Amino acid sequence: MSSALADGIGQTAGTSDPILQVSDVSVDYATKSGSVRAVDGVSFDLGRGEFVGIVGESGCGKSTLLFAIAQLLSPPAGLTSGNVVFKGVSMVGMTDSQLTAIRWKNLSVVMQSAMNALNPVKSIASQYKDAMRAHGVRSKTEISDRSAHVLKMVGIDAEHLRSYPHQLSGGMRQRAMIAMALLFTPDLVIMDEPTSALDVVAQRSLMVQIKELQAELGFSIIFVTHDMSLVRHFSDRIMVMCAGQVAELGGTSRVFGTPRHPYTAGLMDAFPSIKGQRVFLTGIPGQPPNLAAKPDGCLFAPRCPKVMPACGTTSPPLYQVDGVDVRCLLYADGSAP
Amino acid sequence: MTEPNTGQAVKLKKKPGRRQPAAPDSTGPLLRTEKLTRHFKIGGGLHRRTLHAVDDVSLSIGAGEIVALVGESGSGKSTIARLLASIYQPTSGEIYLQGRRLSAIKSRADLLGYRSDVPMVFQDPFSSINPVFRVSHGIERSLKLHRPELPRAERRAEAIRIFEVVGLTPGADVLERFPHELSGGQRQRVGFAQALAMRPKLILADEPVSMLDVSIRIGLLNLMSKLRDDEGVSILYITHDIASARYVADRLVVMYAGHIAESGPMEDVLARPRHPYTQLLVSAVPDPRADVRVGADTDRGEPPRVIDPTPGCRFRWRCPLAIDTCHQVTPVLTELLPDHSAACHVATADAELKAF
Repeated sequence: MSSALADGIGQTAGTSDPILQVSDVSVDYATKSGSVRAVDGVSFDLGRGEFVGIVGESGCGKSTLLFAIAQLLSPPAGLTSGNVVFKGVSMVGMTDSQLTAIRWKNLSVVMQSAMNALNPVKSIASQYKDAMRAHGVRSKTEISDRSAHVLKMVGIDAEHLRSYPHQLSGGMRQRAMIAMALLFTPDLVIMDEPTSALDVVAQRSLMVQIKELQAELGFSIIFVTHDMSLVRHFSDRIMVMCAGQVAELGGTSRVFGTPRHPYTAGLMDAFPSIKGQRVFLTGIPGQPPNLAAKPDGCLFAPRCPKVMPACGTTSPPLYQVDGVDVRCLLYADGSAP
Repeated sequence: MTEPNTGQAVKLKKKPGRRQPAAPDSTGPLLRTEKLTRHFKIGGGLHRRTLHAVDDVSLSIGAGEIVALVGESGSGKSTIARLLASIYQPTSGEIYLQGRRLSAIKSRADLLGYRSDVPMVFQDPFSSINPVFRVSHGIERSLKLHRPELPRAERRAEAIRIFEVVGLTPGADVLERFPHELSGGQRQRVGFAQALAMRPKLILADEPVSMLDVSIRIGLLNLMSKLRDDEGVSILYITHDIASARYVADRLVVMYAGHIAESGPMEDVLARPRHPYTQLLVSAVPDPRADVRVGADTDRGEPPRVIDPTPGCRFRWRCPLAIDTCHQVTPVLTELLPDHSAACHVATADAELKAF
């Protein structure tokens, strides 16, 4: 497992055999006072078996981006530009029946509220059965064998197939959701903060389990979280989002080793550590920008400790610095400051 | 703390139920519990069983001290907060605030006095503030109820002062907003302001930052330290995030399945965790600054059995160090190092036992 965590592996996987290509995706929410751009021109490739972590504050567009990728956007949100190509086929413009055919089977989503995403009045078994029958599996033995198998994979006794969600602990419910996402061995699992409701011990054991399942089954993962420390040891690449844009994208250990964007540095500084000196932390001052009335220039400039005069007028593009994409004018001349 | 001109003596005299603590107790801890126990009955008829949410918990909180109560979900930490807030009545055991027994309080006015001494800040800032009123409503109401000596005209000034203490500036402006106009972090500051309005001795903060964004959490934690340092308030900080507990708290109390597993000075407990559960907890904390270490050190343990538990250590099913005694005898909290206790049969003061 540790080799998969080595820096750079994710990047080669990302370019050689992408399972998902997200290009220039923008999402607008229609509001009374005009449209608000929640996701602004996000592009990235995801390789087979790759684990990409997406981090950022609430309201930075990370969940909206997931919805756009999974084609789950519903009004008032809408895709205004860009394309999502999954296994060589564009998902944008697919009909509902085309999407139904690939959901669960090739691509599954574990929602943020996995705790509540299970139907409270149906047993785990019958919810698994629904998903499998929707994809044409009719054989009762096949359904029950597969259900028991996936549940065991996530470390829950098959006995619990007969349980109702309220009879399971929070961690078990979350695992049951992940098991459901693996019913058909999909190529891509999208997870939106699946561990945010768990305590550290349960969180860690779930993360290790996800990573082990990934090593065993070879699916790719997009993992959205606001907790940077969580993806530190598990993701191949990390994408930091700020105000709907990619602020920094690169190999996890490169980004963590030297955070280049001041926003990334701020996010990392928002975590107290249990080791070393107790240091006073400040986090990131101020509030995320109001997306309905975006400032000119860099969207992070009003909160940035390294702000320069040019930041107020120039919107920085993504610069390539040591194999990491950074949206910051500090790197305008191509060198690290 | 800058006092308004009402004066300390007047406040103490007029505050309902507020009495000067008995002289000998002013040196003791601000609040202590003695064998505090709370059971819940579940099921009915033949299926009647007892859930032991909190068992024999004796803890103390000093004046001007932040104590972190850490444990997994279901460990009974929120039940303790509710017992201390007098929302639940203990099944047995006693709570003493400045030496005064909580169970001795009978009148409503005295209970109101206790509640204003020990207010609570809730986990979810999105549902704990009434959405149909401006945020001034809540704080002015608690000022009216708990500090009746303040004339009406001064209430607003005091509300503004408190809002500015918790970092909601300009106070006069923020008071006029509705909860939906505030961010999660600001709403939680309103929660602290409402608690502070009562001139509390101890604030019970039940997971006050877990619903907030990471970048905002630190600000709230810094606010808690500020309230301790500037206002002299003690805080019981209930959390499952041991890293944030270390950041603000002076002492750490680790709970497991309704029992205190370990307690002691924060740095000492983290540096030398004696109880295997504390060791597991410390090893599970994700640390972005640490090197990559994905090992086999995970534990796949089942949640503990707290329904009709049999004697014995409640961590024994998950504990790699468990011995025979652990299955028969419930360990008691024993002081192993100065002011540092653990409830474990195996743990000793000096042995370098590492479970996780």
